[in-house]
Parts: sequence; structure tokens; C-alpha cells
Amino acid sequence: MTTASITWTESDAATRPLVERLHDWVTTVDHKRLGILYIVYALIFLVIAGIEAMIMRVQLIAPNNDFVSPQVFNRMFTMHGTTMIFFVAMPLVFGFANYLVPLMIGARDMAFPRLNAFSFWLTAFGGLLLHFSFLGGSGLYGAGTAPDVGWFAYAPLTAKTFSPGHSTDYWTLALLVSGFGSIGTAINILTTILCMRCPGMTLGRMPLFAWLSLTMAGLVILAVSPLSAAQIMLLVDRYLGGHFFDTQAGGSAVIWMHFFWVFGHPEVYVLVIPAFAVVSEIIPVFSRKPIFGYPVMVAATVCIGFISMSVWAHHMFTVGMSPAANGFFVLSTMAIAVPTGIKIFNWLATMWGGKIQFRTPMLFCTAFLFQFLVAGLTGVMLACAPFDWHLGGSYFLVAHFHYVIVGAILFALFGGFYYWFPKFSGRMYSETLGKLHFWTFFIGFHLTFDCMHVPGMLGMPRRIYTYEPGRGWDTWNLLVTIGVVFQGLGTLVFLGNLIWSYFKGESAGSDPWDAWTLEWSTESPPPEYNFAALPVVQSRRPLWDLKHPDDPDWRYEQ
Amino acid sequence: MSTAAVAMPDTAVTWALPDRGRVGMYGLIAAEAAIFTIFVVAYLFYIGKSLTGPLPNQVLHAPIFLTICLLSSSLTIHVAVAALQGARMRAFALWWALTIALGAVFLAGTGREWHHLIYDDGLTISTNLFGTSYYSLVGLHAFHVTAGLLGLSTVLILCLGGHVRQEHAERLDVLSLYWHFVDAVWVVVFTVVYVIGR
Amino acid sequence: MNGRVRRQLQGLLVLFWQTTAFAASASQPMSPTSIFAPVSTPADSIFELSLFVLAVTTGIFVTVFGLLVYAVVRFRRKTDDDGEEPAQVYGSYEVELAWTVIPVLIVVALFLATARVIASVQHPPKPRDALDVVVIGHQYWWEYRYPAFNVVTANELHVPVSDPAHPTPTFLTLLSADTDHSWWVPRLAGKTDLIPNHPNSMWIDPRETGLYLGQCAQYCGTQHAKMLLRVYVDSRADFDRWIEAQRRPALINQAVSRGRQVFETTACVNCHAVGGIGADGRFGPDLTHLMSRDTIASGAAPNTPDNLRLWIRNPDALKPGSLMPAMNLSEQDVNAVADYLESLR
Repeated sequence: MTTASITWTESDAATRPLVERLHDWVTTVDHKRLGILYIVYALIFLVIAGIEAMIMRVQLIAPNNDFVSPQVFNRMFTMHGTTMIFFVAMPLVFGFANYLVPLMIGARDMAFPRLNAFSFWLTAFGGLLLHFSFLGGSGLYGAGTAPDVGWFAYAPLTAKTFSPGHSTDYWTLALLVSGFGSIGTAINILTTILCMRCPGMTLGRMPLFAWLSLTMAGLVILAVSPLSAAQIMLLVDRYLGGHFFDTQAGGSAVIWMHFFWVFGHPEVYVLVIPAFAVVSEIIPVFSRKPIFGYPVMVAATVCIGFISMSVWAHHMFTVGMSPAANGFFVLSTMAIAVPTGIKIFNWLATMWGGKIQFRTPMLFCTAFLFQFLVAGLTGVMLACAPFDWHLGGSYFLVAHFHYVIVGAILFALFGGFYYWFPKFSGRMYSETLGKLHFWTFFIGFHLTFDCMHVPGMLGMPRRIYTYEPGRGWDTWNLLVTIGVVFQGLGTLVFLGNLIWSYFKGESAGSDPWDAWTLEWSTESPPPEYNFAALPVVQSRRPLWDLKHPDDPDWRYEQ
Repeated sequence: MSTAAVAMPDTAVTWALPDRGRVGMYGLIAAEAAIFTIFVVAYLFYIGKSLTGPLPNQVLHAPIFLTICLLSSSLTIHVAVAALQGARMRAFALWWALTIALGAVFLAGTGREWHHLIYDDGLTISTNLFGTSYYSLVGLHAFHVTAGLLGLSTVLILCLGGHVRQEHAERLDVLSLYWHFVDAVWVVVFTVVYVIGR
Repeated sequence: MNGRVRRQLQGLLVLFWQTTAFAASASQPMSPTSIFAPVSTPADSIFELSLFVLAVTTGIFVTVFGLLVYAVVRFRRKTDDDGEEPAQVYGSYEVELAWTVIPVLIVVALFLATARVIASVQHPPKPRDALDVVVIGHQYWWEYRYPAFNVVTANELHVPVSDPAHPTPTFLTLLSADTDHSWWVPRLAGKTDLIPNHPNSMWIDPRETGLYLGQCAQYCGTQHAKMLLRVYVDSRADFDRWIEAQRRPALINQAVSRGRQVFETTACVNCHAVGGIGADGRFGPDLTHLMSRDTIASGAAPNTPDNLRLWIRNPDALKPGSLMPAMNLSEQDVNAVADYLESLR
């Protein structure tokens, strides 16, 4: 076995003027830097959207509260939802994929580095445009400020008649622009994975993270475009006198719902599949076993990708579709639970018989398993259309999807942060602060979102700025709000840990976790060119093969 | 000083993956196809639902000549790329220019058709559901034709400046994929608007 | 206590909590909007289905959660670990087949149970003496029309109680005058949306008299939260009496003619209708029998003299963002109009 190594003298990077260093960041096309930009951008908006949520929860802490007006509250839930999905979750997901995919497949960068940068800046601009709406001023009819039509902007509420001024247009344009950025990144990820794997890395030997990123990219390409199309139609209605969603002219409000949810449902899989990807990398390493059933995990993910494009109208069970249509979407939605359940079982089986170390990344992934299980089961309840006729559009639904997005996706991403932070920064984070973050956030999450299911079952619909006393909702809402405090504290601990450890953490080395995929073969952080010489691999765990030359994976893999 | 060490087996490995330009273009085509699908679905859904006239069978006339022009341009671009692959530069330039001309004729003809519809038939994007869905769908396609023509024209200008060489044939083949897609979309739009919708 | 025991306790605590929450919500005697206290057949069907679904999902949860807790406890790296890697298991097609087949069977069972309920709720038999009501959603109030009786009213729906032996259900046709709304009274039925240009229908057959509450469940604009629903299920006799009263034209009382004059000459009649006097604005609720209602502003406030005056003087005080403008009437005129409205029994 030959070993190739390159010695690389670091330039006096640290002493260059600040302006030059900032210019480097703004003009970078390096996938690692763009990944960091995406992630930092997302964390800033996480705080902003979190504050938007806190405002809502303070308003809802008691019935008939007057902390904010209904107009402000309606802007809060619209901005909170839109920001969290498009400018927190998606950038986080793209950021991780950007940073890790080329490293994991043994490539030097993404397929189209300049498109990569362009896509990031499109997304970034979209988020800034959306939040500029707060400053845009109270234009015509006092409606030139932030959008207040809900993150799914149902017609005809978005028509000029019911949303005069420009608030809805901020929503439309910000998402249209960032949508193009998302499509660009997805094309990049797809092409990188298909065309730039290092020698020996067949599709069957890629890390699961790469497979899931590939599926996610495919979904973005197919799903974000319908949203862009619908938004163009909305602009035609609002500015060219079109009638796509103009019910007075015979247009259909329901068709907006179909177009939106054809995007909206695959979108949540775009968010959760990367969470699966993170968990699929962390659980094996901390259980000290390979992922159980790699081929089935791949197949299940691709199945989920396909089926997710056929379930969208389960968001529309109350709209008055025929029994046959309702039945079809019940079946497809329940069907998607099968491959999803398989994945949960496979993760469990990976832990089974292992020697689990509960460092912070694994704590978050274990909580992910528990919470994703619950979220999936409340999803099964919602999939039963008649049950959804009660629970849809209620706080039970809000609790369900926050269980998925916070309890599953955000927890998994937190795990990913802690797992790859040593690689991104070259430093170890503080394990004590990590555990403090975990427990604080875990308590807050459960206090808020467990309790939130109950008002839904007691008849509380969503998107209401206040509620009547005497319906049994009061105490539960109070508990929900209290939980937010813990989540806020946990997030502050998290951010503090990241910042402090970046400057003061002890040196991490290239492989602090004794892991097995290619990113751990580089230094921490990796040099700009990633690999001195492109690696050649023979199994799914190339570093396992290196560390166990007498017992390599390629002898045993299925 | 920093080092990165990676072990490499001694055996030589033959390793060939698809061309990334081509795969990227297929990705773009997939995304565009999804956008067009939504506009086509909207068009089909709204057939017969306009509350007022004018109606498709009253004002639409199938643009056969324009369709022939556009679909022929797929042929001409194919010939152009083949010529470049064979290093026949003059032939390439001629066939490429012909492609652009055919596309331009299509656009001009569409413009003429729209002028007639607006000023003589009174059909605008805000007249009724038919107007909205027609101008949006055909307009979206025309927009993509325009974008394609801009790309093709850029190549033509570079060619006339002597900057296009035989080794660019692969890239131009990838670009031609986009043009073929635009033509394929027209087949669908034509069928939906002028055949089914009427 | 060590981390392992702490984690076990945490997990048990969460499980206990969630069970308690469910039990608490179910046993809350009088959350008037609980989905677990049905009094009408559509809500009953959903309730029965929900019990089945909850049983299945609870079973799955207990099994998988149990396995997770076991794995976390049993396979945790011991403090005296020898540092060797555990057995590297790559998969097992047999095991994976098992945990594919079993979920598929569960899905089939759930789907069949669900499909039955969908069919029974969406395709009910309609007896001859069913009552028809047309519901029209507005920003931010409910219009109710009884076509068979020529009655138009607002915000408080009256229906006759239905004897399970001889059902007299009420069939609602759901329309909208502006944006999307949704009619949700949990004890009576699941929610169904009111979408412009997309008529929907639903039905209820409440078997106990009483007042049932709900509210709009599809975001429709600024005052979506205060578009409350009040359904009065009356005995047959009470319902007949009520509908007869609603059919009568507005009472004319000379004592409040000044108020009626203000009402008719200011812009009130542009939006509001009062039967029999030539006021037939349809943008706002019909006021012919305003005093027969317990609340005003679609449930936002009790129907008291003070609230009525406050509402007329400044609607934003009760329902900020409602589409009723403040007419800037003098105090005198406000009182006059209110006196007039209070005569509309």
C-alpha cells in the first residue's frame, strides 16, 4: 500500500486585513465556506424566527390577551413559518450538504462552484427581502408591511382585494428568488454526487448521507418548481389582472392548494431526509457498528422520495374532495409510513448489540428517534381523514409538525452540529455545555409540544391571535409558553458553545470520533483542496478498512 | 505546516462517471419540466370554465408554420453540433445561425399572433380564464425560447469572433439539450392549447 | 443518580405525561369543544375510529419505545469496556422483511377502517324531513339561510334535536362570500371548509339539546379568531317556535322611529338588512331579529345594551380589524340606533 502526502505551508492567513478576509468570504466559491455561510445565515434567522414565535406565545399565554394586535400576530405566524422553513431549515440542510458531500465522496468541490455561490446569494437575498417587509412601511391601507397571509398563502386571501398593498408580494418575491437558489443548489448536489465520486466509490458505496442528499436534491428539483409556478400565477393575478385564483371569474381557490401542497409536502421531506442523513452517520459511529441494512435504507429513502410526491392532498382533507380522492390520499399517506418505519427499525438495529457512547451528538440522535417515532404516529392519526377532519387545522396539527421539524429535524441537525463542529473548526466543543443545551432544550421542547397536542383535541384551531376562556385551553397554553423559555435558553447555550469553542476549544485533530467516512481523513478544518490526492475506496467505510486492514468491510458488505 | 495522508491501493482502477455538464442540464430540464407541468395542468383544468368569451375555438388558429419552424430548428442545431464535432467550422456557423433564425421566426410569429388576439379579438390576459391561462402558458414557453436564443446568439457571436473550436462540441451539445427541451415543450403546449383545448 | 437511571425515568415521565394529558382532556367534563364528547353521528363515527387508531398507534409506540429504552440501557458502553469494537452486523434480510410486512398489514387495517368512515360520513342517507340550511362564510361572520322557511339570520344557528330512532338531521350547504373559512363544532362533526366557488356540504344530527360551540378553522383574515360558532340544538317545539319568530318581519315600534331613521339614512342599510322595511344590505348580518341572539359580532361579545352601543360606536374596540366601520355617530345617534336595534326582537 502506498501513501501519498502533501505538506502544505499555510500562508500568513491570520494576519491579512479584515477587509480582504471579508472579501474572500463574499466572493468565495469554495463549498466549505459556502456551507458555513448557509449555516451562519440560518442560525441568525433561527434567532429572529424564534423571537417571532415567542411573541406569539406571549400573546397566547392567556385568553383575550392584548400583548400584540391581531394584525401583528397574523404577521408573526406568517413570518415565523415562512422564515423557519425557507431561511432556517433549508439553508441548514443545504449548508451541511454543501460542506460534507464533496468531502464524503472524495471530491475537491461541488460540480458547479460558481452556481453554488450564486444560489447561496439568491437565497440570502430572499431572506433579507422578506424581512425588509417589516421596514417597508405601512403603505397603502397600512398593508405595505410584513405578509400576514400564513406561510401557505391560500387564495383568495392573497388576491389584491383581500390583501391590498405589497405585503403579500414580499412573500411571493422573496420565495420566488430563494426558490431559484434552492433549485440551483439541488442541481449542484445532484450533479456532484452522480459525476464526481472518487474512484471505487460506486453508488452502493457512498455514505448514506450522500444517498439521502441525492434524494433530497431530486425532490427539490421536482417540488420547488411547482411553488415557483404557482407564485408566478399569483403575480399574474395580482398585477396583470389574471384570474388563476380569482373565484369571481370562475377561478379556483382549491387549485392553489393543490399546487402549493404538491410543493409543500415534498418540502417537508426535503427537510427531514437530511435529518435522516445526519442520524444515519452519527448513530453507527457512536454505536460502533455499521448502519444496519444499508441497501434497504437506500431503497426505503428512494421510496419515500417517490411516495412523498403522491400524498399532498392529505393537507386538504377538509376541502371537500370526493370520498375516492380522500381515500386515495389516506392510502398513500399511510403507505409512506412503511418505509419510514423501516428506517426507524434499522437505526434501532444499528444501536442493538453496539457499545453506545452518549456524547452530545448521540444524545440528540436518540431523542430524534423517540420524537420522530411520536411525530410519525401522530402523522398516522392525521392520515386517517375523518380524524383529520377534527385534528387538521387545529393545534394538534401544529404540535405534530413541530414535533417533526423541531423534535426530529432540529434535534438531528443539532446532533450534526456537534458531530461535525470539530471538522469544520478544528476545535472540540464543550461537552458540558453540549449536554446542558440538550437537557434544557429537551425539557422545553416536551413541555411546549407535548402540551400543545391537547388544546387541539379540545377544539382549538390554529392561527388565532386569541381564544375564549372556558374551553379548557388556558392552562395548556400557559404550559406551552413556559416551555419556550427553556428552548430559548437551550439555544443560547448552544450558540454560546459554538462561539466559545471556536476560539477556545481544544484542538480536535482530524478524527476525534474514530469514524469511518472520508471527511475524517482530512485535517480539521480541511484545506481548500480537500484531498492531497483523490482517495480510492473499496467499501462503504474506507477509514474502517484503513484502521482494520485484517478485517476490512469489503469482505462482509451486503 | 499541515499534512493530509490518504492510503491508495496499488491496483489501477478504471473509473468513468457521466459528464457533469450533461447531468446538470438534465437537472435543469427536470426542474423546468415541473414548472411547465403546473401551467399545463392549470390550462387543462380551466378548459371550458371561462365565464365569458372569447373562447378558444373562436380565436385560436393552429400555428402550423411556426411549429414547423421551431421543430426544424431542433434538426438544424443537431446538424450544427455534428458539424462542429467534425471540425467543419463554416458548416457549424451556418447551421447554428439557421437555428437562431428559425427560433426568431417562431418568436416573431407568436408576437404577431398575440397582436391579433389582443387588438382584433379582444383577448388579453385579464379577459377571462382562457386568456389568463393561454398567455401564461404560451408566454412562459416564449420566455424560454427567448432565453435559449440569447444563449445561442452568444455562442454565434463567439463563433464569429473565432473563439469556438472543435473541443467545445461537447459543451454545445449540452446547450442544445436545452433547445431540444424547449421544442419538446412546444409539442406539449401545441397539443394542449390548439388540439385539446379547442 | 446515574445517567442511565435518569434517562429511564425521563422516558417514563414523558410517557406518563402524555397519557395523563390525553386522559385529562378526555375526562374534562365540560370542555365544550372536546372532540372526545360527540353528540352527533358524524362526530360519533370519528370518535370510534379515533379510538381504534389511538389503540394501534399506542401499541406501536409502546413496542418501539420499549425497544429504544432497552437498547439505550442494555447496549450502553460500560465503564469497564475493553475497547474492542462490537460485532459488526451489516443487516438481515429476514428481519427487515418482518418489519416491512407487519407495518403493511397495519396500514391495510387502518386504511379499511378509515375508508368505511369516509364513506359513511360523506354519503349519508337523507331522510325526507331533514332540515336544509345554507351557510355562507363572510369575513368575519356566519350567514345562515333556511330556504324552506325563507329565513335569513346570522351567527347563531338553531337546529332541531334528532331522535336516533327517527332521525331529523340538518344538512348544511357551505358557501363563501369572500375568502376560505371552515365550520368546526367539534361535538357535532369534523370541520368542513367554506371555499368560494366550491360548494361543500356536511350534516349533523345532534341527539341532545343544548348549546354547542366552535369557531372558524381556516385562516380568513384579521379577525379569524373571533368568528365564533354557536349552535343551539332545540327541542322540536322550541325550534318550531324559533323559526316562526324568525319568519316574521321586523317589529315596528313608533317609540324608536328616530333610531330607525338614523339607521336608514346613515350607511347602515348599505350592509345590513332588516326585513320588511326595505333595508336589504347583504354585506353584513341580517338584523331583523337581532335581539333573539345571545351574542353580537359573531360571538365576540354578549348581546347587552352596553356592548351594542360600544360596537356601534367603535367596532374595533370589540373586534379590531372587523369590516364594520365606525360611523362616527354622535352619542345621541348611537343611543337612538341602539334603541331601535333593541326593538328588533
